[in-house]
Amino acid sequence: MAGQGPTPSQTVGPFFGFAMPFPDDTRAVSGDGVRIEGQLLDGAGEPVPDGLIEVWQGEEFARCRTDPEGVFHFVVSKPPANGSHAPHLELYVFARGLLRQLATRLYFPDEEAANAADPALELAGDRRGTLVARDEGGILRFDIRLQGEGETVFFEL
Amino acid sequence: MSAQTTEEAFEPPYLWPAYRSTVLRAPKQPLVRLPSEWFHTIPGPVYGRVPVRPEDADLTRQHAGEPLGERIILTGRVLDSDGRPVRGTLVEIWQANAAGRYVDPSDQHPAPLDPNFTGAGRCLTDAEGRYRFVTVKPGAYPWRNDHNAWRPAHVHFSLFGSQLSSRLVTQMYFPGDPLIPQDPILEAIPDPRGRERLVAAFDREVTQPEWALGYRWDIVLRGRDATPMEA
Ligand SMILES: [Fe+2]
Repeated sequence: MAGQGPTPSQTVGPFFGFAMPFPDDTRAVSGDGVRIEGQLLDGAGEPVPDGLIEVWQGEEFARCRTDPEGVFHFVVSKPPANGSHAPHLELYVFARGLLRQLATRLYFPDEEAANAADPALELAGDRRGTLVARDEGGILRFDIRLQGEGETVFFEL
Repeated sequence: MSAQTTEEAFEPPYLWPAYRSTVLRAPKQPLVRLPSEWFHTIPGPVYGRVPVRPEDADLTRQHAGEPLGERIILTGRVLDSDGRPVRGTLVEIWQANAAGRYVDPSDQHPAPLDPNFTGAGRCLTDAEGRYRFVTVKPGAYPWRNDHNAWRPAHVHFSLFGSQLSSRLVTQMYFPGDPLIPQDPILEAIPDPRGRERLVAAFDREVTQPEWALGYRWDIVLRGRDATPMEA
């Protein structure tokens, strides 16, 4: 099998909701953490009610199925900066209509200096703002737009 | 052909209009490429809090009675891109029942639910990277992609591997299914050899006499398995 390349991806489809969630799946840490809330939106600006978001931060992992309004949420701890790289979370988006997952990153709004020097945000160019969450009274708001105006920056897998 | 072009020819694009749901969900902007050491080699998380019980690998024993349908054994190895086993990694599966109906409440296909079948399973790979599930063969089901569209019988698979880039969600198909050549989701994979990689092989060695048909399907994850031993 080696040398034949990896097994191809296929969509998660619409019917994973009875299988992929697990108890406390949206909570990557048991103690204090940052609460993140967002909405997954399609190219018409409509909510994606059958998406699955995963967040990876070091050894922490959380998973959230979007609700009928496309809303997802997590509790995760904020990582430290790593060299020139500003603190960030790695996010994967899965959904019906996505033949492969999409990869994006969430950066923190209170890290202006670190974000200004971050090389991945630099590569994102003038769309870098889509990768920085907004502070809404202690909750971090991070919407993901799959397509169209304000389209979120996604990274090559 | 270089490894890179082979890999790309094996992966479906995001926009594939024959699969209608991609049209409003595929990004239009080009994806941003990050140096691989920033992204691909990030170690995977500890997903030990995803509960995996021994009985989760046998989908025919999760209820009081046995589900209807053709009992099957699904097994294979999870390998890294060098062909080395990926040990102790989480494998999640989900599927329709033998009539082609998912337990999921959003599935409205008028085929019967089976009170003895949920259709979700989990296991961890062993020291050889092997997984094994006992289940029933899922039925084909209609979907509204176009007039008279039917998905070939399939089992959904989700795998982690050892790093961020090895995360894979895919589907496994059954050999000889007449719906395979007309499925837009499978056809989105450009190279026919890539499509063949998603079709399991009937295996007489895996098959157990008087009990269940056996299918073998190996999975290759991206990247090298850097983890020497899993705790
Ligand atoms: Fe399916």
